[in-house]
Amino acid sequence: MTGTVSLIRLILRRDRVVTPIWVLILAVLPIAQTTGIAELYPTEQELRRFAVSFAGPALEALYGPVTHWNAAALGVWRAGFTPVLLALASTLTVIRHTRVEEEAGRRELLGSTALGRHAGLSAALIVAALANLVVALIIVLSFVKQGYPAAGAVATGLNYAGVGMVFAAVGAVAAQLTESAGGARAIALSALGGAYLLRVAGDSAGLPALTWLSPIAWGQKLRPFAGEVWWPLVPSAAAIAVLLTAAYLMAGRRDVAAGLLPPRLGPERAAPGFASPLALAWRLHKGALFGWSAGFVLFGLVIGGAAGTAADAMAENRQLLEMMTRLGGSANMSDAFVAGVLSIFGIAVSGYAVQAALRMRAEETLMRAEPVLATRVSRAGWMASHLVFALLGPVVVLALLGVAVGLSAGAGAGDGVGDLVGQVPRVLGATLAQLPAVWSLAALAVALFGLLPRLVAVAWGALAAFLLFGQIGALLDLPSAVLDLSPFSHLPHLPGGEVTVAPLLVLTAISVALLAAGLYGFRRRDLG
Amino acid sequence: MSNVISVSGVTKSFGRTRALDGLNLEVKPGEVHGFLGPNGAGKSTAIRVLLGLLRADAGTVRLLGGDPWADAVELHRRLAYVPGDVTLWPNLSGGEVIDLLGRLRGGFDETRKKELIERFDLDPRKKGRAYSKGNRQKVALVAALASDVELLLLDEPTSGLDPLMEAVFTECVAEVRAQGRTVLLSSHILAEVEKLCDRVSIIRDGRAVETGTLAQLRHLTRTSITAELATAPNGLRGVHRLRVDGNRVSFEVDADRLDEALRQLSASGVRSLTSRPPTLEELFMRHYQSEPAR
Repeated sequence: MTGTVSLIRLILRRDRVVTPIWVLILAVLPIAQTTGIAELYPTEQELRRFAVSFAGPALEALYGPVTHWNAAALGVWRAGFTPVLLALASTLTVIRHTRVEEEAGRRELLGSTALGRHAGLSAALIVAALANLVVALIIVLSFVKQGYPAAGAVATGLNYAGVGMVFAAVGAVAAQLTESAGGARAIALSALGGAYLLRVAGDSAGLPALTWLSPIAWGQKLRPFAGEVWWPLVPSAAAIAVLLTAAYLMAGRRDVAAGLLPPRLGPERAAPGFASPLALAWRLHKGALFGWSAGFVLFGLVIGGAAGTAADAMAENRQLLEMMTRLGGSANMSDAFVAGVLSIFGIAVSGYAVQAALRMRAEETLMRAEPVLATRVSRAGWMASHLVFALLGPVVVLALLGVAVGLSAGAGAGDGVGDLVGQVPRVLGATLAQLPAVWSLAALAVALFGLLPRLVAVAWGALAAFLLFGQIGALLDLPSAVLDLSPFSHLPHLPGGEVTVAPLLVLTAISVALLAAGLYGFRRRDLG
Repeated sequence: MSNVISVSGVTKSFGRTRALDGLNLEVKPGEVHGFLGPNGAGKSTAIRVLLGLLRADAGTVRLLGGDPWADAVELHRRLAYVPGDVTLWPNLSGGEVIDLLGRLRGGFDETRKKELIERFDLDPRKKGRAYSKGNRQKVALVAALASDVELLLLDEPTSGLDPLMEAVFTECVAEVRAQGRTVLLSSHILAEVEKLCDRVSIIRDGRAVETGTLAQLRHLTRTSITAELATAPNGLRGVHRLRVDGNRVSFEVDADRLDEALRQLSASGVRSLTSRPPTLEELFMRHYQSEPAR
C-alpha cells in the first residue's frame, strides 16, 4: 500500500476537471427532479394523477417501478437512469487509472519507485469511492435542506453510492483480466448493460425474480421516500466485497502489464485484401460495431417483448389514453411504449457514432495516423474510411434494433405471422428515423476534429447536454429556443406519430455541412 | 540531376515556440545524408514537413521534384518513412502491419521482406501491444526497407535497437546505398552517422549550422596543442582557450589558423609539442552546447 496517498493525489490532479463535473451533475439530478415535480404538482391529488398518467410502463421500464406518489419518491424515480450513469463513470474511472496506465507503460515507470504492488488499484478504488461518497453526501444534504425526510435522503444516497461502488469493483476486476484497456472496458460495460437489461426485463415482463440478479435494482429496492427498507444493502455490500477480493487476488498473482486472459499470437502475414485504409478501419472499428449491435439486439428483444404487457397495463388507464391521443401521439399503447423507449436509445446510438468519429482523433494523437498518411493514402481517403463506420455503423445498429423490437413485439402480440410482417417495417422505420439526429452529432464531432481538434470533447459535452435536456429540460422550464438546440427534439414520435419530413431533411443538411467543414479543415491543418 | 530534397528558408512555429527557423537542407540523389542535432533541435519537425504532415509557415520545400504539401499522395508512393517513436495498433500483428504499410506504399518485395524479418530476428506473429520499443522499431524498419522506393526518411531509426541489431541496420543501409537509393537519416549519435553517411547537416534551434562531407566537417574542427617553450610566449593570436603556465601553453586552434599559430610558437623556441587531431565529437559538442552557434 506504500505510495497510495501520492497516487491518489496524482489521480485527483489529473481528473480535477472531469470528476467534479460528473459528480456534481449526477448528484443534483434527483433533487432537481423532485423540486421540479413538487412545483408542477403541488397537491397530493395532482401528484397521484402525475404518477398515474405520466409514469406508465415505458418509463417504468427505463427507470424502474414507481414506489410512491409523493414528490420525492417520484423525483428519485424520474432520475432513475442516473445511478446507471454513476456506475458507468465509476467503472470507467477505475479502469482509466489501472489498466489504461498499465497498457500505456506509465504504471511501469511508477512501479519502479517505492510503490506497493496494490497501490495503483487501491488509489483508483479510493478515488472512485470518494467520488461516490461526495455524490451521496450532496444528495442527502440537498434533500434534507429542502425539508424532505432524512431517512429517504440517506436511502437515495446509499442507492447511488451502492450502485456506483459495485461497478467500481466490477471495473477493478475487469482491469485484471485483459491486457488491453479496450477489452477491460468492454467487459465492464457488458456487465453494466447486462445488469440494466436484467432490471428492465424483470420489471417490464413481470418477472421480479430477475431483478434480484441486478445490482441496479438492489438500490431501488431500498424504496427511498416510500417506506425505506434497508436490508437490500446486504447484497450490494456482499457483491462489493466479493468483487474486490477477486480483484486483489488476481492483481497479486499476475505480472505488471499482463492480463489473466492470455494474449494470442496473430497471423504471420496479412490477408490478401488487407491493403487499404478501409480494411484497416474495419479492423479498428469492428469490435465496437459488434458490441453495440449485440447489445441493441438484446435490448430490442426485451423491449419488444415488454411492449405487449405494457400496452395491456396502459389500456386499462383511460386517462392516459386520452392524454396520449390529445398530444398527437398514437392511441396504440404498444406504439407509445416503443416510441418512448426509442427516444432514449437514439441518444445512446449517438454515443456510439461520436465514439466512432473520434476514433480518428485517437489515431492521430496516438501517432498511428502518421505512418498511414505517409503512404499513398490521402487525408480525404483516410477520413472517409473512418466515416464509413461513424455514419453507417449507426444505420446497422438502429436497423438491428428495429428488427429485434419488431420481431419480439410481433411474436408477443400472438396474432401469427401477419403481425410479424406488419410490425417489423413499422418499428424499423421508427428506429431509422433517429438517424438524422445521430448523424448530426457524429458530424459535429467530425467538424471539431477537422477545425478545432483540441476541442473534440465538446462533442461529448453536446451529447450530455442533449441527454439532460430530454431528462429535465421541461421540468427546469428551459426556454424552447434552448431545447430546440437538441436535434432529438425535432424527431417525429414514432412508431404511431405523425411524420414531418422537413426537420429530418434540415438535420441531414446540417450534418452534410458539418462533415464538409470537418473534411475541409482536416485537409488544411497540421497533423499531430 | 537535381536534388532529391531541397529545403530553403523554412520556418515552422507551434504557438510561440519556433521549431524551424530558416532551415536549409540539400540531399543529393543516391547519398546517405546524416541529419544530426540534439533533442528538440527540430529534426522530426523537418521530416514531418518533408512528408506533408505539417505545412511550412514560410520558405520553399521540394521533395523528389514535387511539393510535399500539395502532391503528398503522389510523392508518398516513392518514399518510405520510419517515425522516431513507432506506435503500432494493439490488435494487429507485426506481420500484418508490415504487409499493410508495404502495400499502401508503392509495393514491396516479398522475398526481401522475409529476409529482413529473419535478419532482424523479429517474430511477426506478435500483436502490436506485445512488442518492446526495439521490436516496434524493427516492424517499421522492415516495412520501410522492403519497400520498393527511391527515398527513405528515417527518424532516429536505431534509438531502440541493441548493438547487434544496429549492426544489421548499418548493413541494410549500405545495401540501400549500393542500390542507388537516397536516405535521409536523422540521429543524435555521432558514431552511427560517421559509419553510414556521405554528407551531414547539423541542425540546432531549427537552423542548419553546418553542412558538408565528413572530411569538410573535420576541417572545421580545432586541433588541440600543448607545447613547452624556451621562453614564455609573448601573446598568441588567433587561438582559443589559451592557458599559459610559465613556459607551458595549451590551446585550441582552427584548422586555417594552425600554420600561423605554429609560427608564433617557434618564435619562442619549441622544446616539445603534442598535437591532438580534431575529432568530430568536439565539433558536435560545440554545436550541442547551449551557447550561440557562432
